[in-house]
Amino acid sequence: MSTHEDVLSSENLPHEPEKATLEGKNKFLGFWFFLGGETVLFASLFGTYLALKNSFGAAEHTTPSQELFGLELVFIMTMLLLTSSLTSVYAMYHMKNHDFKKMMVWLGITVLLGAAFLGLEIYEFYHYVHHYHHTFTSSAFGSAFYTLVGFHGAHVAFGLLWIITLMIRNARRGLNLYNAPKFYVASLYWHFIDVVWVFIFTVVYLMGKVG
Amino acid sequence: MSTATVGKRSFGAVVWDYLTTVDHKKIAILYLVAGGFFFLLGGLEAMLIRLQLMAPDSELIGAQFYNELFTMHGTTMIFLAAMPLLFALMNAIMPLQIGARDVAFPFINALGFWLFLFGGLLLNCSWFLGGAPDAGWTAYAPLSVISPGHGVDFYALGLQISGFGTLMGGINFIVTIITMRAPGMTYMRMPLFTWSTFVASILILFAFPALTVGLFLLTFDRLFGANFFVPDMGGNEIIWEHLFWIFGHPEVYILILPAFGVFSEVFSTFSKKRLFGYSSMVFATVLIAFLGFMVWAHHMFTVGMGPIANSIFAIATMAIAVPTGIKIFNWLLTMWGGSIRMTTAMLYAVSFIPTFTLGGITGVMLASAAADYQYHDSYFVVAHFHYVIVGGVVFGILGGLTYWWPLMFGKMLNEKLGKWTFWLFFTGFHLTFFIQHFLGLMGMPRRYWKFLEGQGLETGNLISTVGAFLMAIATFILLYNVIITTVKGKKSPADPWDGRTLEWSLPNPTPFYNFKQLPLVRGLDPLWVEKTQGNGKMIPAEPLDDIHMPNNSFLPFTISLGLFIAAFGFMYRVDAGFPAYVAIGVGLAITLGSMLIRSVKDDLGYHIHKEDLEKEGAGE
Repeated sequence: MSTHEDVLSSENLPHEPEKATLEGKNKFLGFWFFLGGETVLFASLFGTYLALKNSFGAAEHTTPSQELFGLELVFIMTMLLLTSSLTSVYAMYHMKNHDFKKMMVWLGITVLLGAAFLGLEIYEFYHYVHHYHHTFTSSAFGSAFYTLVGFHGAHVAFGLLWIITLMIRNARRGLNLYNAPKFYVASLYWHFIDVVWVFIFTVVYLMGKVG
Repeated sequence: MSTATVGKRSFGAVVWDYLTTVDHKKIAILYLVAGGFFFLLGGLEAMLIRLQLMAPDSELIGAQFYNELFTMHGTTMIFLAAMPLLFALMNAIMPLQIGARDVAFPFINALGFWLFLFGGLLLNCSWFLGGAPDAGWTAYAPLSVISPGHGVDFYALGLQISGFGTLMGGINFIVTIITMRAPGMTYMRMPLFTWSTFVASILILFAFPALTVGLFLLTFDRLFGANFFVPDMGGNEIIWEHLFWIFGHPEVYILILPAFGVFSEVFSTFSKKRLFGYSSMVFATVLIAFLGFMVWAHHMFTVGMGPIANSIFAIATMAIAVPTGIKIFNWLLTMWGGSIRMTTAMLYAVSFIPTFTLGGITGVMLASAAADYQYHDSYFVVAHFHYVIVGGVVFGILGGLTYWWPLMFGKMLNEKLGKWTFWLFFTGFHLTFFIQHFLGLMGMPRRYWKFLEGQGLETGNLISTVGAFLMAIATFILLYNVIITTVKGKKSPADPWDGRTLEWSLPNPTPFYNFKQLPLVRGLDPLWVEKTQGNGKMIPAEPLDDIHMPNNSFLPFTISLGLFIAAFGFMYRVDAGFPAYVAIGVGLAITLGSMLIRSVKDDLGYHIHKEDLEKEGAGE
């Protein structure tokens, strides 16, 4: 039976510290199930978006998606987020090798890339609102677009706050069996956000350009 | 901290204990009390509906109030009564049935309860703040979008908050069942109630997010000027119906499967036989859950999806009758040749079979898309879903509570009063709803405030109201039974029904750590295996050792409270201005701040020491 000291000590960690305790295993499994629920959430949003894309009714401003979207900015955003997913893999690789410092560095890079993505997304929304009057309330297309992409953006923002909190909290004490599952689960979340973005890039932007 | 025997505590200490508890047995009691309260509230609403419809052209209550009543009756009964009462049973029983000391996420378990409670309270605050939601429990757009006042806002935000809680509860149960089973408790040795909890939790996980999105879209349309359901701006109301029923149909199985689980346990115990066709029961449960996701559009036959879509959904719906039929026959064959004891719990189980079968038959009738045009939105539908939900779920809850009451509270409910409750409830139920099939076929539409004289509807409605009174009387007898048992009841033996499953191997009262030593499970119905092949006691699977326990926490309460406060802010943003923004800020700060504390503060739990456990053992 493990005592608190064993759990909080950063000595002699096993190869997979995130799954070494029952709590860690539960967290790992529970989070996968949570992501299953999140998949249904985004699937519902995608379905709604597909039903309402380029649907304007009698709205005043009706810029279709072909004119609205520019792929250059979205391409840069996609690259930033995909790279951030890779850097979070590096972070987890170092976690499994018990190299806390390198893990923190790669998580830091992940956060920076995520923040850059979020900044560009805010700029993108600003651009649509001020140049095309494409707003949340301007048409059903606008509502569906900002809800789908905004839900993803909110997930990115939450993920950034989450990872930063974990980094600050554990900066001084290093890796242990208590915080390893927390880091691991946060990185799972980050991958999920990335996967959702791949679908947004395809369904919203690519199909919006040609469809 | 590890004092197992606690003396008389002050009232404040008990309240604080329940506000901060993470013990699944106490959370079960919280769910039971809150769900019971909402059940009475929903019942009161039902009585007012029946009083209004007792006589033709009645002016007893106004049309607007009537709309609010039937909306809140449905919403309350489904989300705030039936589900929490089932969650009470799941929390109380499932961890004991698999031989676990606790659930996988005790903190999240508590959070799930408080989110549900604050969501339910928010919804019911609407009665005092300008009127309850009035667009039906299905809240179809565009009616729900244009409904004036804040009623539907309370619906959208209240259900949103309580829905988060349900989702978390579901994930907790799934992981508990996967990782926390005692040695030897393989999947195919799990009792049916645990199986149905498992499958219902998976349904919750994949069904509730669709409701989450639907409620967000409705909220955005109503409060932030979005146009999802506004055709003028390109919106489409049918999206709501799809999202609602993609959630709503699995929801029916989320409710009924645990009730099936309860009955499987009751039939087996009171027939003194192992469940007939155990593996086919498991298979049928999983198959019902799978098909449950394929049939949502049978609620929308009259929308105009076209004959192809209607036919596909009609056939998928009828297919569900097959696994359900397997279950019905397995229950009958469990009783066949058994030594049957007609206890109160068994009465609910036995009467459930014909009642639910009636509901199933009308279900197949409704599944015939062409015929559905005749039944749609009539009292025939009302009769159908009350037959499955009251005849299935409510009978299951009442039977399950009677059966497991000694385990939850250490005392047995009075059987004589229990049988009075049963017979009055059973008679009242059929009196109320059987006649409604015919009222529906005669053309009486659901959700209408009045019916007129001279259309042949008077007698049927009067009979229906009389039946409702019988159910109300039955409920009062049940309440009296609970009170008299709590006050005067004697301590029950640990295994009063000669049980078969693990939960009955525990002493009364159940220790807060459940199992001192995890039991070794040697077969299906593990306690029965030991009774027939061993010495009647579970064999320990481990030596006596320290037990790890989770710490209590007040954070689940504050996280939920914050959302409750913020919801008022979002609702009154336009009317109240600045104070509303303060409420949003304060509410979200409480919620996010509590989450932050949860994240940064280590919570490692504590250990009950081996020596203390040994001392207790000596005192037994």
